[in-house]
Amino acid sequence: MASIYRLQHVKKTYEDRTVLDIEHLEIEEGEILALVGPSGAGKSTLLRLLNFLEYADSGEVYYKDQLAAPQLAMNLRRQVTTVFQRPALLQGSTEDNVVYGLRIRGKQDSKAEVREVIARMGLEKLRRARARTLSGGEAQRVALARAMVVHPAALLLDEPTANLDPYNIGLIEEVVREINERRKTTIVLVTHNVFQARRLAHRTGLMLSGQIIEIGRTQEFFERPRDPRTRAFAQGEMVY
Amino acid sequence: MQQLIDGIVHGLQLLLSGDPVLWEIILLSAKVSGIALLISGILGIPSGAFLGLVRFRGRRIIQAIVYTGMGLPPVVVGLAVYLLLSRAGILGPLNLPWIPQLFTVPAMILAQVIIATPLVAGYTMTAVADINPDLKVQVRALGATPLQVTLAVLREARLGIIVAMVGGLGSIISEVGAVMMVGGNVDGSTRVLTTAIMLETRRGNLDLAIGLGMVLLLLSFLINFGVTQLQGKGN
Repeated sequence: MASIYRLQHVKKTYEDRTVLDIEHLEIEEGEILALVGPSGAGKSTLLRLLNFLEYADSGEVYYKDQLAAPQLAMNLRRQVTTVFQRPALLQGSTEDNVVYGLRIRGKQDSKAEVREVIARMGLEKLRRARARTLSGGEAQRVALARAMVVHPAALLLDEPTANLDPYNIGLIEEVVREINERRKTTIVLVTHNVFQARRLAHRTGLMLSGQIIEIGRTQEFFERPRDPRTRAFAQGEMVY
Repeated sequence: MQQLIDGIVHGLQLLLSGDPVLWEIILLSAKVSGIALLISGILGIPSGAFLGLVRFRGRRIIQAIVYTGMGLPPVVVGLAVYLLLSRAGILGPLNLPWIPQLFTVPAMILAQVIIATPLVAGYTMTAVADINPDLKVQVRALGATPLQVTLAVLREARLGIIVAMVGGLGSIISEVGAVMMVGGNVDGSTRVLTTAIMLETRRGNLDLAIGLGMVLLLLSFLINFGVTQLQGKGN
């Protein structure tokens, strides 16, 4: 399978602290890759690089075999998107938010699809509700719907179900699986929840101190980990 | 007390009968402050948005200057503009067509622009800086161009920007020091509400002064009522 992302010798430093140090990483088109690891492991920084919101200090990030240079950022950024842990919604209604990505692309002709996505996310009754009146789970579903309608080639999910109730977690996981299966959208899922990684991901990787310690097929990753730190993390132990 | 009541009654009569002197003053006040506010908005909103959104070296110094400008005493602004435009000043002797002359409406507008611009810029800066930083990252992640990010933030901060404009208007419509100094309170030419109230009070024409005062109060009330209504909608 072709890779959508290829990272080589990527380093990212904030002040004097190296937050990302990836020797080599390939993300295959159409896969769900889960990245697990403790807080501060560099997972969210990696997602920002994959969304072309930030750039590596050194090394290369290739997107569909094209070097992701800053001058291409605008074009590349429109091919992928991120749903963050805390949904940042615009003032206005649910529908205003869902349609935003299309509007900034000058696509006004997808109203039927917007309605369909809103319905799929169980937000039909909240279509005209003000964003500020939505609960955390509803807001996160709006954020996912907003990402879905722009048909990204890669959907980056940064702890999308943290602090949500089981209903919302279930619905979001179901939709993520559906997007991947029907549209062949590549999903990169950052999560602390190893059970979620096991449920959703084709491959899983462990990140520690900015490095990818181990990456492999999800079943092998959890059942036959090569690295003792992976084993410890999978068993719920603190790893550094 | 009776004088006050008589003054209010007569003032109301002048106002409602369409007294030409009173209405000329009202309309000139609206014109001077309206144009000054428009220019302050054109200058203050983009610069406030820039200061609220963009991090650069020296930003804090400029922010401190803007905050200082927000508290500029109008009479000091009047003095500065007077010194700038007077024949013995810096710009006055140049005699260039685009430099306003003292004791004219453009000079009053210039003074009011200097008073209102830091207020509009400062309030806009605060409104824009208060927008959730995650929202900027989110709209970028959705593929917004830098201009679209700025527009999204301004849209989110629109209530604060309207408050900035209304605050700017409130500060210039009711100030007297600067317009008196650079306008000179010339009858039929540069006399506005605040300078007219001072003059008519000194002359003993309390009914006209009260009529003008009521208009100013009403305007001030309407401005503040508008702001509270907007704030109510925002919450």
